[in-house]
Amino acid sequence: MIDIKQVYKTFNKGKPNQVDAVNGIDLHIGSGEFVVIVGSNGSGKTTLLNLVAGSVIPTTGTVSIDGNDVTELADYRRSQWIARVFQNPLSGTASDLSILDNFRLAAIRTKPKGLSIGVNDHFKKEVKEKIATLGMGLEKKIEQPMGTLSGGQRQALTLLMSIMDSCQVLLLDEPTAALDPRSADVVMKTADKLIKDFKLTAILITHNLKDAYNYGTRIIQMGEGVILKDIDTAKKTSLKQNDLFDWFG
Amino acid sequence: MDFYLTALLQGLCFSGIALGIYISMKIFNIPDITTDGSYTLGGVVTAIFLTHHQPGYIVLPAVIISGAIAGALTGIIHTKLKINALLAGILVMTALYSVNLSFMGRSNLPLINTTSIFTLLHLVNDPNQNTFWILLVFVVIVTLIIGYLLKTDFGIAMRATGNSESMIRALGVNTDRMKIIGLAIANALTATSGYLITQFQGFADISMGIGIVIVGLGSVIIAEAFINWFRITSIWISLILVLAGAVIFQFVLALTLSIGVDANLLKLVTAVFVLLIVSLPRLSFKKSL
Repeated sequence: MIDIKQVYKTFNKGKPNQVDAVNGIDLHIGSGEFVVIVGSNGSGKTTLLNLVAGSVIPTTGTVSIDGNDVTELADYRRSQWIARVFQNPLSGTASDLSILDNFRLAAIRTKPKGLSIGVNDHFKKEVKEKIATLGMGLEKKIEQPMGTLSGGQRQALTLLMSIMDSCQVLLLDEPTAALDPRSADVVMKTADKLIKDFKLTAILITHNLKDAYNYGTRIIQMGEGVILKDIDTAKKTSLKQNDLFDWFG
Repeated sequence: MDFYLTALLQGLCFSGIALGIYISMKIFNIPDITTDGSYTLGGVVTAIFLTHHQPGYIVLPAVIISGAIAGALTGIIHTKLKINALLAGILVMTALYSVNLSFMGRSNLPLINTTSIFTLLHLVNDPNQNTFWILLVFVVIVTLIIGYLLKTDFGIAMRATGNSESMIRALGVNTDRMKIIGLAIANALTATSGYLITQFQGFADISMGIGIVIVGLGSVIIAEAFINWFRITSIWISLILVLAGAVIFQFVLALTLSIGVDANLLKLVTAVFVLLIVSLPRLSFKKSL
């Protein structure tokens, strides 16, 4: 599904503050895999995710999604495959827009945004039914601005928004970092369920080693812009939670 | 009474600027001051076409297109050359001064023996009331178009662009293109104000746009005060409040003049008035904390 070949990314090349964020990564992620990436700050996790999303264009190397070379493709064009959940709940939703309007945009992620009114009674009903599956009671608030909700509620809705339109790849960049433990749990469970139900290929970045242990089919440790460890499903099941902590020891 | 009717008429003429600033400032979160230039441009284009006796159905589209080009230029400078929006607006506004001057060939162009939008139709006998009805129809049509636009999928994407850029890019929208289109729409609206005022006052003048951006800002800020007080989320009500803001703004100016304030101090009064509306809610808000 995702192929990363010999990718390097250097920021501020030739300047005193030069950063070699990604130093030659080769990675193949198959369809339906749920990859968890762990690593200390500055290890290049987020840059790698941004390289897949298109927010960052590699210095050298190629990125392809579903057999298409997307190395030079802008992020807004990659939305035909990719949905994202950001670390900051404010980044994934528009605060001043109603929940309904946010969902409308998500529902046409892969389509052009035309000059017709798409928010009709039929659409409202569809959104209400989708939101009701979260069990948060938010289906009664769809006319409210997104900004009136809590961070956890917004992250859960962002997850739901990603499957409003056809989605193959889900990128989760520390989606629970800004949340309290209970909300974080709800968001992670929702993500896991959606990934399984919709057979999504997913990449999750997290600092929470418990989540890294509990979720996903494959685990990758990064450091200094390279892949240090790559544990596939077979090995991951025999992995102990303490082994993970030892990696950072 | 006539005094206040004139204020009302002017307020309606300025509704284009108010809606334009509402789009650039509130929807796109871009401080756009191309306004001074695109407003004059609208007036200049109107005066040139009318003095050359061009039919009305050509004048308005020409005004809209010229305003849109000015706005799009600011948008392109801002997004493609990554120049601060304020500076991009100043650059285009400054350049437009020369453009306007060379279009007119002189600093003032009166409309003599021409048919204006206000003399085209005679709905009622009183000329001022006639002007009022024509303006009202014009403003209602413009508001309906903008309101509809903001309700469409494209409009939702526009509103999200100024709100959460990372989100809207992840949802497949080219934000650069969206901003360019948004600034084009905003300045096209501004140009229609130049179009109306030029016909209303009977001339276009090179200095008619100086400081006009404050009229739009003031209108939007008045509207925003109401929007915040009453927690309004409806697009339609917001647009109506912006129009009301434009009229209220002119009424306040008319009131200041009528109580005998020196006309030379009008811009100072305007600035203080806008400052008051901006600061009053914040001052009282702080006390309640």
